[in-house]
Amino acid sequence: MQNLEYLIPGAQADFVSCTTITDLENAKAKYLGKSGALTGAMKGLGKLSAEERPAAGAAINMVKQAIEEALKHRREALLNVEQDKQLASESLDVTLPARMHAQGGLHPVTMTLQRVEALFHSIGFSVATGPEIETDFYNFTALNIPENHPARAMHDTFYVDSGDGKHEQVLRTHTSPVQVHYMEDAIKNNTEFPLKIIASGRVYRVDSDATHSPMFHQVEGLWVDDHISFANLKGVVQDFLRRFFERDDLTVRFRPSFFPFTEPSAEMDMSWNDGWLEIGGCGMVHPEVLKHVGIDSEQYRGFAFGLGIERLTMLRYGVNDLRHFFNNDLRFLQQFTKWKN
Amino acid sequence: MQFSENWLRQFVNPTLNTEELSHALTMAGLEVENLQPVGTVFSKVVIGKILSTEKHPDADRLQVCKVDVGLPEPLQIVCGANNARAGLFSPCALVGAELPGMSIKAAKVRGVESFGMMCSAKELDAAAEPTGLLELPDDVTIGQDIREYLGLDDKLFTIKLTPNRSDCLSLLGIARDVAAITGAPLNTPDIQVIKPNHQATKKVIVIASEACPRYCGRLISGVNAQAKTPDWMLRCLNRSGIRSISAIVDITNYVLLELGQPMHAFDADKLQGDIIVRFAKAEEPITLLNHLDFKLAADDLVIADDNGAIALAGIMGGVSTSLSDNTTNIFLESAFFTPDTIAGKARRLGLITDSSYRFERGVDYGNTLQALERASALVLEICGGSAGAVSEIIGITPSRQAVDLRLAKLISLLGIVLSNQQVAKIFTQLGFDYTENNDVFTVMPPSYRFDIAIEEDLIEEIARLHGYEHIPAVPPQAVLNMLSAPESRLSEMTLRHQLVADGYQEVITYSFVDENWERDLLGNKNTIKLKNPISSNLSVMRSGLWGGLIDTLVHNLNRKQSRAQLFEVGSSYSRATSNTDNAYEESQRISGLFYGSFAPEQWTLATRDVDFYDVKSTVDELTQGRAEYLVASDGAQHPALHPGQSAKVFLKGKAIGWIGKLHPKWQQQYDLPKSTILFELEVAPLLNRKLPKHQELSKTLPIRRDLALIVNYDLPVQTLLNAIKMAEIPLITEVSLFDIYKGKGIDSGKKSLAFLVLMQDTHKTLVDNDADAAMAKLLDVVKIQFGAILRA
Repeated sequence: MQNLEYLIPGAQADFVSCTTITDLENAKAKYLGKSGALTGAMKGLGKLSAEERPAAGAAINMVKQAIEEALKHRREALLNVEQDKQLASESLDVTLPARMHAQGGLHPVTMTLQRVEALFHSIGFSVATGPEIETDFYNFTALNIPENHPARAMHDTFYVDSGDGKHEQVLRTHTSPVQVHYMEDAIKNNTEFPLKIIASGRVYRVDSDATHSPMFHQVEGLWVDDHISFANLKGVVQDFLRRFFERDDLTVRFRPSFFPFTEPSAEMDMSWNDGWLEIGGCGMVHPEVLKHVGIDSEQYRGFAFGLGIERLTMLRYGVNDLRHFFNNDLRFLQQFTKWKN
Repeated sequence: MQFSENWLRQFVNPTLNTEELSHALTMAGLEVENLQPVGTVFSKVVIGKILSTEKHPDADRLQVCKVDVGLPEPLQIVCGANNARAGLFSPCALVGAELPGMSIKAAKVRGVESFGMMCSAKELDAAAEPTGLLELPDDVTIGQDIREYLGLDDKLFTIKLTPNRSDCLSLLGIARDVAAITGAPLNTPDIQVIKPNHQATKKVIVIASEACPRYCGRLISGVNAQAKTPDWMLRCLNRSGIRSISAIVDITNYVLLELGQPMHAFDADKLQGDIIVRFAKAEEPITLLNHLDFKLAADDLVIADDNGAIALAGIMGGVSTSLSDNTTNIFLESAFFTPDTIAGKARRLGLITDSSYRFERGVDYGNTLQALERASALVLEICGGSAGAVSEIIGITPSRQAVDLRLAKLISLLGIVLSNQQVAKIFTQLGFDYTENNDVFTVMPPSYRFDIAIEEDLIEEIARLHGYEHIPAVPPQAVLNMLSAPESRLSEMTLRHQLVADGYQEVITYSFVDENWERDLLGNKNTIKLKNPISSNLSVMRSGLWGGLIDTLVHNLNRKQSRAQLFEVGSSYSRATSNTDNAYEESQRISGLFYGSFAPEQWTLATRDVDFYDVKSTVDELTQGRAEYLVASDGAQHPALHPGQSAKVFLKGKAIGWIGKLHPKWQQQYDLPKSTILFELEVAPLLNRKLPKHQELSKTLPIRRDLALIVNYDLPVQTLLNAIKMAEIPLITEVSLFDIYKGKGIDSGKKSLAFLVLMQDTHKTLVDNDADAAMAKLLDVVKIQFGAILRA
């Protein structure tokens, strides 16, 4: 039986010289095909004696395995090359811009409202709402501002034309009427004290210039409890401003002021760039207001505060002109969307 | 309230500089809103006397003056003013003087040396008219600094007074507060009681004694109505923004500013009979000092004589008894009218005066007579004459109620600890009379304080004097209870975030809109109008939000934007349908607008304009896929929308809004190059959410069959889908449309719909026979109900 080991180097060389899978399959036939050298040798085994056959078979198998190994090796190599070619032809310009969805965004006033609500929610305030076209009673009288009170001159009020001269109603000049609605309902529904709400929304004053808008947003806070104090009011407002502006060095200053629905009343100033900025009004809920809604002012007291949302937004994001908020120029509004900053 | 610092310091002179004084006022609640120097800032200008003048050798218009400025030698000054003449006293800017816009140096003027500049009023006060050299009287001191002479080293304070502090509407009042805050002594003006020179009086009858609890008046005869108001008084008035009228009127205004008591002077010779204080008769006529005629109402308080109303009490005098240059006898009035009587009247008549402003806030009724004495003394001093006796009518004596302050309440309400002694000291500083017993102070508020009626008012006073600055910021201690957070309620913010995720930009537009938008876009003929709109195109309350969105679109298209996705969340307003206190109702809406390309222009997407179905997907999202879109069966169409490309949106059978394309006629009117898709939904129904509930997963796999049907072209697909759903065919779990075709091969008036049908059984794997049976049932349903034909 002829030693077939000599076939191995030849097959290896043949395979390596193939550059396509087709060539390789053809080259394979020469060794492993029907009339290939090894196939012939296998056929020849039958002619050998039973003693010779195992050793000869093993020798042929060894050669066959070696050639198959060479074939597999080469096949893989050729496949890799072809795949690389294919992949190279499929390559993308990864620097092309991504498929774009339109970028939406919240109005900056809403962004502030959302933050304000979240911060107060974190210390247990719920959100209350009320109507914007208010009765004179809720906007003024129930807040201890009787008709003809000079304090009404502090509010440049929009009046709604009822047509019949009766039912004079106003566009609410502040969010404070929500306090009254809420407390009334709380008493009616036996809501457990403390009452802790914030109420935000649109308010209206007949005023329009660079620093006044006839419509703007306020947020009103109210906490009615049996032990809450003026010092606590300062504490809550200061805490809020520190969290809102993310500045722990921020302090709040109270100045005596006058609102008919609070006593004592204060203007709130916030330390800002070495000076003080007026940011809202506050005070202890006037006993007369509590009386209107049926809360005993000997047992309970409350504090209330009101902040201008546009003011907070301007300071937070460096907006320098109030009018931007209601011009709704997309170039302005899109500055507040996620990506385009 | 505007006033001169120098004047205030005559009443109280704390050891604070101007800035410190301003801060102290602000921190005590008298907010200094403006602080500015009096007149122009300049230096080294003194009083000079022109000794001689000579013509300038080389200039016709110039004179060479010798001016005595109190130096050993007179100065040579070249001057161009026409009124420069020997003997004239006038301000002279010395070499080294700094005037607005110029520095005075020794110079040669056309070859003649000049060592200073003679000044006109214009140089010393930018507001003055240039009318030649300022001419000073002969009794001046040569060489005196003109700033000192004119009292220009003064500051103007403007205080923003809150309505409760009427006591500070006078120099005396502010001084009183400054004294309380700073502890500096208060110098009240020394008011002498004038001994009458004669007994002539005017009889005063107060009929409306509740409205006028105190009335003082006196005749002063033989006055010189043309007397000149002294400079010091003019200066005070001027620096409080009050114009000089005549000496007598100036005196009444001066007392008003000084003591806070409004006064009025009648020409006594024009009075007929007694002075009567009464309410007006309905329609009673009066012509006021501003020469306007009024017809009064029965609740207007007047001063009257036999001829009728002669003054609107506490607001303005009448023209019939007004002073003139020829007036020789006057009747001077100082009265107290209650705030309730005056409040609102002046505003109703459009006559807010210094007097009405004070009376409606409260004038010190303890000072009525002193003010009269003060004014009388000034009249006698300035205008001469002789004073008669005072007629004083005290009706229902105004009084204050004592107010109790419990120390414990004070401490707990303010959240600071104050001692008995500290509180007592503050009351003393304020000049409040009090007694104290067992830590309860009983305080009698002074007649000038109209803002102290309850315990909290006193607490505020204590806090104010203690200093709000000294109240610490203390976090409250409270019971910790979690707030409820119902999972089946969405927040409005969630809806906003959904729209943002869909590419919409939020806007906020005015709640008051152009009436045309309401009429055209919303068909609202019964608009809610404002009585006093800020402008005519912001005059009615919106009943929907599209006007504002379209307006915003136009604004941005004008700024070269080519596409826009806008939304707004806000109220719409309507008249109440139920009988409540509030005649109006508000419904919170969420409203969107989509204009231009469906996606931003980009290399990877072929551009296409937005259509109905782009926006419908957003509405589906907002309604969690539960919305039904119906072309109203009653033919009701939305006036803003394209009749064939719009739908009413229903949720659980209730109409909650609209979606559709802006009607082409409005597109044209608003000059929009492309079509616009709009939607608006009520917010409230969108906030309910079903809690998720787990269902067993089927162990078997579904079978899919496709089904192509030919139906009438105008059959709404949803109607067909609803019918299939109603039929509840066993095994069919889902039917959805994946293609729609009309054209070649399909008869006109028909369309082909291709559906994907999924079938499944929870227990066994379906075989073809099962599926065939289900599909046959389905086909039956659509054949019978809609005449559908299976497409070959």
